[in-house]
Amino acid sequence: MSPALLPLVVIVPLLSAALLAVARHVEVLRRAVLLGVSAFALAFGTVLCFTSWDGVVIAHAVGLWPSGIAIPFVADMFSALMITVTALLTLLCSMFAIVSGDDRRPYFSALVLMLSAGVYGALLTGDLFNLFVFIEVMLLPSYGLIAVLGGRDRLPAGRLYVAMNLLTSTIFVAGVGLVYGTAGTVNIAELAGAAAESSAVAAAASVPLIALSVKAAVVPVHGWLTSTYPATSPALTALFSGLHTKVAVYAIYRIYAVVFDGGTAYTGLILLVLSLTMLVGVFGAVGQESMRSILVFNMVSGIGYILLGVALFGPLGLMAGIFYLVHHMIVKASLLLSTGAIEVSYGTDRLGSVSGIARTEPLIAAAFMGSALSLAGIPPFSGFVGKVAIVKAAVDEQQIAIAVVAVVVSLFSLMSVLKIWRGVFWGRAHEDEVHAVSARRPGALLTHAPRTLALPGLVLTVVTLGIGLGGQGMLVLSEQAAAGLLDVSGYIEAVIGS
Amino acid sequence: MSLALVVGVLVAGGTFLVLQRGMVRIAFGFVLLGHAANLVLLSAGGAARRGEPLLSIADLATAADPLPQAFVLTAIVIAFAITIYMLTLAGAGEGDDDTEDRR
Repeated sequence: MSPALLPLVVIVPLLSAALLAVARHVEVLRRAVLLGVSAFALAFGTVLCFTSWDGVVIAHAVGLWPSGIAIPFVADMFSALMITVTALLTLLCSMFAIVSGDDRRPYFSALVLMLSAGVYGALLTGDLFNLFVFIEVMLLPSYGLIAVLGGRDRLPAGRLYVAMNLLTSTIFVAGVGLVYGTAGTVNIAELAGAAAESSAVAAAASVPLIALSVKAAVVPVHGWLTSTYPATSPALTALFSGLHTKVAVYAIYRIYAVVFDGGTAYTGLILLVLSLTMLVGVFGAVGQESMRSILVFNMVSGIGYILLGVALFGPLGLMAGIFYLVHHMIVKASLLLSTGAIEVSYGTDRLGSVSGIARTEPLIAAAFMGSALSLAGIPPFSGFVGKVAIVKAAVDEQQIAIAVVAVVVSLFSLMSVLKIWRGVFWGRAHEDEVHAVSARRPGALLTHAPRTLALPGLVLTVVTLGIGLGGQGMLVLSEQAAAGLLDVSGYIEAVIGS
Repeated sequence: MSLALVVGVLVAGGTFLVLQRGMVRIAFGFVLLGHAANLVLLSAGGAARRGEPLLSIADLATAADPLPQAFVLTAIVIAFAITIYMLTLAGAGEGDDDTEDRR
């Protein structure tokens, strides 16, 4: 692919969002554009994966400004992989939102497209300040979406969400200022290794890293996530879980690998924080009483696993972390969409309010069970490969305690998803009870979820099974992505030499 | 030095307001914090050179660094939009703008 085409993946969703903001009353157009643009981004990401095969990095100076002044868009295997997965999740969550009726809310489609444009931009940009701008482009539509969709808690949740994200964005932009003041540039390629050489730059660059860790919901700053995500609509929780925290994780990987050159000065402290993240997340999940709260707490625990990769560094650690990142995005969205299908149809996500879903909704049950086993790391699903890789990387780095924590945490995450299984899927289906529950939502007296509502979750379960069975393929992709982070010469040459 | 002091005062006031419960106060707190961040960005370019960064007018020795000014301009626009949105959130819903009262 020609590098000059890179900005297209941001421009197309942004322009379509503008179009949909004007033509928002034409339902067919709205749905076609939302799904069409997401499918375009998916195809774009796939092509990028082929382009960046074997360590090829392509870069484009936006506006053709000379290098050093221009804002570069850079694509390597890591960003190509992330674009592909985020586009897949956006597509499936949009399908779910169309079936569940979320897309009839004013401006829903336009806001989702704007959000996805921000995500793709953040994944491609090679400039720290531009990363801030794209994270804001991603967050502003989310503020709108979270205040419009969801139950009666949505306004307090929206206020908390805005306050927390704005605070971290302010810290991030101040950190970018500090980096500029100390290093004289905010171009990631020009900053390569700068933090390893100068402690002033390291101190400055750690400020954006801390802000990103808050956005990624690392313990002890995870509370905003667990108290806001369950208050919005199921489709939106799945979309946010796949996109927002993962963009922050991506940026942490990129900045730590390129700017810090994978420094080991604080590895012990980082590993301690990440172990706490895994443990607190999973224990929180075991203690919750609603499906989405359990899954959202599990997400915090998953962030710990993913960031272990960058903390352990080295080819094996990074490869395991990137593999787990892809696996986690897919599985988490699948679980949230499957339980969301139940919530939309039956009007509740409390454990014990409905039972016997395994009998009445075999499709949803199959999708949920597959992804739940994958989350817990049971073969043949992708979670098994991911967890084995993480544990092996930890053992190779002599971090036996971390390996033990990772194994123990996956047992508890199995327990937390089995809690959902026991509370909702097992037991006899009480037809009366089902009617009573769904009658709480006027006009939505459903006893069965439509098949189209179960489909997005099921597709993602099939994907995680596929990645698990063909683990080698995804491992090769992750290995190439990790190689691009370890040896940044290709990245630098593409940006500065272009 | 005066820049650093102003940033310190703004951050202190902003932090105090952000820790309040009412959404309007939080919004005002973020206005202060946003100003502080903008001043940090400006000071990154150095406070000594103040000439207009236009090549035809000022010479390079006295011209200010234009990049932090561009950063600040972008940040101001974003902060402006979010402030308005936060005030909308404060006004939406019934009753007060409390962030803690969830039931």
